[in-house]
Amino acid sequence: MSATVRIDQAKCIGSGQCVLAAPDVFDQSDDDGLGIVLVPHPPAELLPGVRDAVDRCPAQVVTLEE
Amino acid sequence: MTEAAVCPVHHERDHPLLNGPTGFAEAVSDGPVKMVWPNGVEAWVVASYAGVRQVLSDPRFTTRKGGQPEMRTDDGEPVLDADQPGNINAIDGPEHMRLRRPLARGFMVKRMNQLRPRIQQIVDEHLDVMEAKGGPVDLVTSLCLPLPSLVIAELLGVPPEHQELFQATARDMFGKNGSKDEYIAHATKLSEVLAPIVAQKRVSGSTDDLIGLMANDTDFSMEELIFLCIGMLAAGHETTSNFLGLFTLHLFERPDQLEVLRRDPSRADVVVEELLRYTVGHLGGPGLTRRATEDVEVDGVLIKAGDWVSVSLLANLDEELCPRAGELDLEREAVSHLGFGFGPHQCLGANLARAELQIGLRTLFERFPNLRPAVPVTEMSYRTDMITYGAAEIPVVW
Repeated sequence: MSATVRIDQAKCIGSGQCVLAAPDVFDQSDDDGLGIVLVPHPPAELLPGVRDAVDRCPAQVVTLEE
Repeated sequence: MTEAAVCPVHHERDHPLLNGPTGFAEAVSDGPVKMVWPNGVEAWVVASYAGVRQVLSDPRFTTRKGGQPEMRTDDGEPVLDADQPGNINAIDGPEHMRLRRPLARGFMVKRMNQLRPRIQQIVDEHLDVMEAKGGPVDLVTSLCLPLPSLVIAELLGVPPEHQELFQATARDMFGKNGSKDEYIAHATKLSEVLAPIVAQKRVSGSTDDLIGLMANDTDFSMEELIFLCIGMLAAGHETTSNFLGLFTLHLFERPDQLEVLRRDPSRADVVVEELLRYTVGHLGGPGLTRRATEDVEVDGVLIKAGDWVSVSLLANLDEELCPRAGELDLEREAVSHLGFGFGPHQCLGANLARAELQIGLRTLFERFPNLRPAVPVTEMSYRTDMITYGAAEIPVVW
């Protein structure tokens, strides 16, 4: 089973903390600044950054299912 | 667990950098306690890492103060009306999101990265002037204050000729002792300067800067827009400026840690995170306030609906966050500190502040490897009369 990353965009405040934590996995949309997932099923080596993003997200809208 | 202690929020510090208000850390060390604010209001103080994160992110705690605004003069007179349109810190939920989300685009990580060369240029120019002048100079007026002030004005799209007015107004608006009339007079003066700028952006249709973005790409009312501008100008002037100064002072006091930055300036990003964690943590004291809308348990204490809660960023020194949390360790990897707050109201300008602090600090010590204080750090004057804390002057030589 591969890991799955999601952002609940309805509650995202566009703080960009996920981009700082895992720039290979997350970006912000040019249209509205909200977080977007670039790699929905990241390989194992990117997971520490994703876990950091989950922890740091001030709106707590980043989730990782492992 | 529930005894009322006198809140030492306005009291002296034993050390200007390393201690919060005297007696505060001891008072809150066993979990939430109730304290009495100088204006007579009782509030729970939460200072644990988990507790602060919970209070700032749980929607059962509201930022709406039920008609009791946070900013007050010494007489207890409210400075800001809680229902002031555009007061982004006094609203919750969908109303807050309506104002907050369009602004996020203006502070995106990639936009802040694009801004880095310009920040570097501003830092370089100011350090050129400082070098030409020769020491001793005041680092606050030479770099700490003009840097964030120029950058936020550019981001907003405000012409540089208004700089002086903005600096003076921000200083006065963040003072603890101003009256409501003075505050309104400052806000009115700023509105008069901002209104024609907004009108001009509406004509041009540009969304390249924050005022253009708000004027042309949101449903903000004029009153909301002007108040948001004033808030961002004021926040952009004061906070980063103080922290750049405080970081420098901490490094003066810890040559071993300064050596870590000097050895590898490319780690300025991680170094700034640790300095934020440590500096904010040691400032301690009660901070942001919330009010419970339902009964909520925090750190084993039942906070009842209607109770006031104040969070302390002393939480940044909680061992739950990292080992040896009370120590500055610039070799530490970045941790999820609370220096910019947490929850939906987390500092909007966090990524801007990071860029300014990283470039400012790194360049300062690269340009002046022998930079040192001209008087002992403990003998400098600190801004105890302001809502934001920092050094009033930092005389340096090199």
